Amino acid sequence: MDTSVKRKKTSGTTEDDIGRDIRLELFRMQLELRLCEKRAYDLFLQNLIKGTSHLSLGQEAIAAAFGVAMRPDDYTFCTYRGHAHTLARGASMTGVLGELMGRECGLLGGKGGSMHLTDVSKGAMGSYAIIGAHLPVAAGAAWSAQYRGTEQVAVCFFGDGTTNIGAFHEALNFSVVWKLPVIFVCENNLYMEYTPISAVTAVEHPAADRAAAYNLEKIVVDGNDADAMYRTATKYITRARKGGGPALIEAMTYRHSGHSRADPGKYRPEGELEKWLERDPIKIYRERLLGLGIVEATLTDIEGEVMQQVNEATEAAKASAPPSLDGIYQHVWADGGAAWRN
Amino acid sequence: MAELTYRDAVAAGIAQEMERDERVVFLGEDVAHAGGVFKATVGLLDKFGEKRVRDCPISEQAILGAAMGAAMTGLRPIAEIMFSDFLAVCWDIVANEIAKSRYMTNGQVQMPLVIRTANGAGSRFGAQHSQSVENWAMMIPGIKVVAPAFPADVKGLIAAAVRDEDPVLIFEQKSLYPMKGEVPDGEHVDELGKARVLRRGKDCTIVALALMVHRALAAAEILEKEHGISCTVIDVRSLVPLDTVTILAEVAATGRLVTIEENPRLCGWGAEIASIIADECFWELDGPIIRITTPHIPLPSADRLEDNTIPSVERIVREISERID
Repeated sequence: MDTSVKRKKTSGTTEDDIGRDIRLELFRMQLELRLCEKRAYDLFLQNLIKGTSHLSLGQEAIAAAFGVAMRPDDYTFCTYRGHAHTLARGASMTGVLGELMGRECGLLGGKGGSMHLTDVSKGAMGSYAIIGAHLPVAAGAAWSAQYRGTEQVAVCFFGDGTTNIGAFHEALNFSVVWKLPVIFVCENNLYMEYTPISAVTAVEHPAADRAAAYNLEKIVVDGNDADAMYRTATKYITRARKGGGPALIEAMTYRHSGHSRADPGKYRPEGELEKWLERDPIKIYRERLLGLGIVEATLTDIEGEVMQQVNEATEAAKASAPPSLDGIYQHVWADGGAAWRN
Repeated sequence: MAELTYRDAVAAGIAQEMERDERVVFLGEDVAHAGGVFKATVGLLDKFGEKRVRDCPISEQAILGAAMGAAMTGLRPIAEIMFSDFLAVCWDIVANEIAKSRYMTNGQVQMPLVIRTANGAGSRFGAQHSQSVENWAMMIPGIKVVAPAFPADVKGLIAAAVRDEDPVLIFEQKSLYPMKGEVPDGEHVDELGKARVLRRGKDCTIVALALMVHRALAAAEILEKEHGISCTVIDVRSLVPLDTVTILAEVAATGRLVTIEENPRLCGWGAEIASIIADECFWELDGPIIRITTPHIPLPSADRLEDNTIPSVERIVREISERID
């Protein structure tokens, strides 16, 4: 794939293989992820969110495409940059913002924070803050699905930096040998934390160029194009569901903000961000939908609804009390408690 | 009662649970076709088939990660880590993921899984294949830790661990694999978190684990006959949960505590027990607490060196007889 910053012309109609309804869903979901993430940033500036946070601004098309393509009982595993992936499975915005703010209404009751968002009831099986750890865990969930014969698929998102840690390689080999229904999605945003991925990696495409070592196809997709991502997601999820085994997808994208709250992203060359902002996935998608004949009012309605949704979630999270201190000693063990002695 | 080896009790415990519950699956390196490098899992593949008994690549993170993902989604996996020393290469999965996920998600995530591993010295394998690392596991909140000393306990504790809803790490002492012992016929399920008093004396209470239980029992015989010191011997069996009720009562009864640990000195499990006794049983003590441990060194391999490193019966007798009159 050409990763240079320029616009590509996409063909299609409102009634092609994707269709109007799914496109509107993709548009809405990308907006939900974007506006909720922007709100998280604003709440940081207001000191209402403590700790760290890793924003997905600019990378929404990937999470949204999979969110729309996945079956409700499929499993998502993501990283500490996981607000978007968790929301994309249907976790509540109030639960997400509440967790970031350390409130009782948080998805994890304030015990996990930004880096561990989880909503098992929605198939969001966790956000993992140790690089690479969740790839074998996703393989295990896929193994379980294969064993139980449920045709569920596990989707595992991670960044380009993850491709240089051992667990990445262990999980890929293991999943291919066991032919597991798991999709590994590398979100290549060009930077491993503060360092360009190209400066620390032996190959040009940190995930896709390693695929051959595991007898997998090389797949590189424009991660800022929600249609391209949706088609790719659907294709490989369907294949995995039917017993065709794993896939490793490298989605090219760019994060608009720094690595984490502490990072202004000053290591990026001048003009790079501006070029990628022109390829903002939501900007691209909005223009595409208009080009396909969807009327402006439909999109502005969605934009208004999503903004209202984010505002309501913000107010609900702000109104929620800090977590009860009882929670400190709850859920170490399955019996709900924390006892290590009798 | 049938007589089984410690090694056969492993396979018997796993088989009993796989027979009972289809969600129980077993994975590890060389565990299926080869029956395990210690031959502790021979016969399981023939009995339960390749779907449930699975050989894995040398990928400890993948093995434990896969076990974790399976446990989170409805299975009850048993994963083998060939040597406990290898836990170091997948410790992230144990200490950061398996142990903490339930807590971090406020109880959303389920984690019913068992990790079995061969621990401890006696095989002259040196510092990377003979360590005792049960104390590593004990200090992580969220994981249960057991170490059986007898074949019956091997079977019963494996069964209890598989049925438990929490992650359990089972340390099998590799030099005990050939040891024979009576194992109850039929279904045998033990209880996690219970120590066992193996003999009662009046002069001191020895608390030991795994191989050290046998050395404590042998030392207690000699101490009784040759030094007139009568010892209570407790097999701790479970470090987490810890049966402090039994330990406190038995130490109070004799007034002295001796811990015998195969793990190296610093932060060994005996230090935690000593701390609990000092804190909660101080006024019942008639003398100082005695900790007998492997020295704080990497384990050497030559038989003469290894034998003089981990606590021996002779050393236990000497230290107790010199310090308790």
